[in-house]
Formats: sequence, C-alpha cells, structure tokens
Amino acid sequence: MIPAEIFLTFILMLSIFLGFELITKVPATLHTPLMSGANAISGITVVGAISLAGTGNQDLSNWLGAAAVALASINVVGGYLVTDRMLSMFKKKEG
Amino acid sequence: MDLLIQFAYIVSAALFIFGLKQLGSPATARRGNTISALGMLVAVVAALLDQGIVDFQWIVLGFVVGGAIGGAAARMVQMTSMPEMVALFNGFGGLASLLVGWAALSPTAETFTLVTIILSILIGGVTFTGSLIAYGKLSETIGSGALLFRGQQVVNSLIVLGILGSSVMFCMEPGNSQWLYLVIGLSLVFGVMVVIPIGGADMPVVISLLNSYSGLAACAAGFAVDNNILIVAGSLVGASGIILTQIMCKAMNRSLGNVLFSGFGSGKVEETSVEGEIKPISVEDAYYVLEAASNVAIVPGYGMAVAQAQHVVKELTELLEQNGTEVNFGIHPVAGRMPGHMNVLLAEADVPYDQLLEMDDINPRMVNVDVAIVIGANDVVNPAARESESSPIYGMPVINVDSARTVFVLKRSMASGFAGIENPLFYKDNTRMLFGDAKESIGGLIREFS
Repeated sequence: MIPAEIFLTFILMLSIFLGFELITKVPATLHTPLMSGANAISGITVVGAISLAGTGNQDLSNWLGAAAVALASINVVGGYLVTDRMLSMFKKKEG
Repeated sequence: MDLLIQFAYIVSAALFIFGLKQLGSPATARRGNTISALGMLVAVVAALLDQGIVDFQWIVLGFVVGGAIGGAAARMVQMTSMPEMVALFNGFGGLASLLVGWAALSPTAETFTLVTIILSILIGGVTFTGSLIAYGKLSETIGSGALLFRGQQVVNSLIVLGILGSSVMFCMEPGNSQWLYLVIGLSLVFGVMVVIPIGGADMPVVISLLNSYSGLAACAAGFAVDNNILIVAGSLVGASGIILTQIMCKAMNRSLGNVLFSGFGSGKVEETSVEGEIKPISVEDAYYVLEAASNVAIVPGYGMAVAQAQHVVKELTELLEQNGTEVNFGIHPVAGRMPGHMNVLLAEADVPYDQLLEMDDINPRMVNVDVAIVIGANDVVNPAARESESSPIYGMPVINVDSARTVFVLKRSMASGFAGIENPLFYKDNTRMLFGDAKESIGGLIREFS
C-alpha cells in the first residue's frame, strides 16, 4: 500500500506545472485581475478551517478554526468581488 | 458521503483550472472569475457536508463576519488603491493558513504532519506580516522607501537560524508548546524583516511574490489537514504567483535576488552629468502642438494614479480623436505599483483595452509618433537604461519615448523619480516639460480644445 503522502505530493507536483502553464500566456493587461483572482483562490484554506471550526469541542483548536474561517472569508469574498469589479470595466472598442 | 465530498473537490479543482484559463483573455476573463468563484462555492459546500462537523454556529459566524468585511472593502475601495487592497486580502489569507496549521496540531500527529504544520505556520506568518508591511508602504501609512540598517543581514540570518532551530525542536517535542510559539513569533517578525528593505517602486514584484506565498501556505495547510483541494488550489496559486514574479523581474532586467536584497531606490544617487537644459512649455503652446499632431502616444505611470488623472486623460483622448488624431497608450509592465495597474485605471475611465499597447508593440511605432505624452512616469521612460552603462537601471527595457518627434513630460517638479535616478530624457532637445499637477495640466489642455 502506497502511503497517502505520496499521492498528495504527486498532486502537488502536477498542480504546480499546471499553474505555470496556465499563467505563462496571460497578457499584461490582465495581470492585476489575474493576481487578485488567484489571491481569492488562495482563500481555499477556508475549507480546511471549516472542518476545524465545527468539531463542537470548546477548545483552542475550535477557536483558531473559527478565526481562520472569518479571515479566509475576507480573502475569498473580497477577492472575488474586487476582481469582478475590475473585470466589469474592461471593454473592447465599439465598432 | 465521504466519496461524494471527494468527488465535489475534484469538480471544484476542475472549475478553478478552467476559471484561471478563462482569466487569460480579456473577452472571457469575467466569466472565468465567476467560474472560479463557483468552484470555491462547491468546495465550501462539500466541506460543510463533512460528518465530523457537529456544530455550525462558529462556522456561520465566521462566514458572516468575514464575508461582510470582505464584501464591504471590495465595494468601497478606489481603483487607484487596488494594490494595497490586494496586499491586505492576501495577508488575511496567509494568517488564516497559519491558524489552520496551528489548529491542526494534535498530540498524536506524525512527523510528516508536524513538518507540514510548521511550513503552513511559517509561510502563513511571513505572508501575513509581509503583506501588512506592503500594504503600509503602498498606502504610504509608513514610509515607502527602502529601510536598511547596519547588520541587517546578520539579524536576518539569526532569525532564520532561530526558525530552523525551533522548528526542529518542535518536531521533536510537539507537546512542548513554547517551540510552537517561538516559530509563530519568529515567522511574524521575519515577514516584517524581508519586506522593509524593499522600496515602493519594487512593490509589483513583492505583491506577486507574497501572492505566491499565500498559495503555498494554503498548500502546506492542505497537507496538515489531509485535504486534496487545498493542495491543488494552493499550488495553482503558488505557481501562478511565481510566474508573475518572474515576468516582473524580467521587465526590470533584474534578478529576484537583486529585488529582494539590494535595497534598490534607497538613495544611492550617483552623479551623472547630463547635458542640455530643461525646456518648459505652457499649456497653450502644448495645445498648438497637439492640435497639429496626427499620431499621439500616451505613456502613463504611477503619477497618473496619484493625481487621479485617468478620467481627464480619457477626455483628452476623445478630443484628440475627434480632431482626427490617432491615440495609443504605451504601458510598461512595471508602471504603477502592481502588475497591470495602469490597465485597470484606464479601464475604469472607459479606455478600451485594445488601445493599450504593451511595450514591445509601441516601441517600433514610436518613430512615427508626433507627440509622446508622459504622464507621471519616470524610470520606465528613462533613456539612460539604454545608453548609460553606469546607470543603476542600465539594461532595463524602457519605452523609447525619446524617438518620438516631440515628448511632453507632465511632472510636478524637477525632483527625481522613485529610484532617485537622473533622467536624461528631460534634457533632450525634443522634450518639453509641462510642470504642474497632471490632472490640472490635462484639464487645461481640454479647455483649450473646447
């Protein structure tokens, strides 16, 4: 039986290559929205925080998890909204 | 149920990847962002289905508080202060990863888990305080210059040694929480120390690097809590941040190490003898030249953001176009305080994105340009980068406005630019200086036209 860590590291390696491929061709015009959009994705840590904040134990781990949910939510909600606001302004020349 | 959750994570990862791909073209970018947000929603819902969750009240409270703060901030922020907003959001993401790593600590954890916990705390902590300092520098709450002091490298080396030492001790004695607190404290201090020696002009690089770190922190937290989607999404962000950092460095012809450690722009001004004299021009005379021009290129820099001049620039563009003049914008990759900063500001003012040309597209056309208007840009149009080997920015690709027939430079005063480097452009025969606030100068030109 191959340990789970190997699979996780495998996933890590593939995702990093995929990330490089996806971003290399993006034009400079979109660098700011791209960065803030990617930044919103990094708020994915909210998923990890959820499982820690919902244990029902009134211990340190639970409070840390709850704080992490709040902080990551700022990152996620703020990041996506601000990116959308920026992108809604990008327009092509008419005609 | 567990299988369902894992499947949902796969869907969510696919949505992130597809969303990032669509973010690569202006026509589909907005849809891409929505798709990526949908991926986030799927992941969050899946996480809530986890049977280990028995108490929802703190989760909901966290969502409500965080969502309200993030939503309000995103709605109220001005486009000119976008770089510091992104830095701040990024810092919160880093802190969240630090807390997740910390909370994942259990007395029964294996060494592999302990190492990943340390990594998420370390990277998360550096991201958090580093982003706060970047925020302070960008919003000029603290001085935006590079802060260097004697023995800085020694102090930093000691901190790194301290982090390494306490990390090793923590992995050996996970029950002893003093090592944990030491790692947390030192990583927070380290985040401050790595960003303070970097000057404001280099912030585009720092922001993209910190963005990459926040992804890596999420990735490490994913290992700590055994969660695939954190690893996938975190490493996507980490890789994309590193690519952007590379693009920025290339645009300045400097290595990443040079940006991070040189304290560039800290005032090491060298004396270069510049020949020629400054030739000011009045708004009225500038109008006559523009009125006769058939091809105009506008090169904006951070000064345009400071003066909030993007809307009057758009107005001037329209007037010139009605007059039969072709107008293009030349955007340097590191103009402004974050990559693509100028594009966002001009988009806010309704300038269509196909009118914004990248450096490599505008430079060959420059010989046919009658008037190049430089608005609040300095180093990115400095011909010394091409001509003078002794210049600190020698070798950096610049926009060659000096090949245009006439150059107008809109500038507040003769004070030197952010990097403190003399700009021979101002002394060239075909350069005219239009002194004053950029917004007022352009407003004056608009009044002359109408």
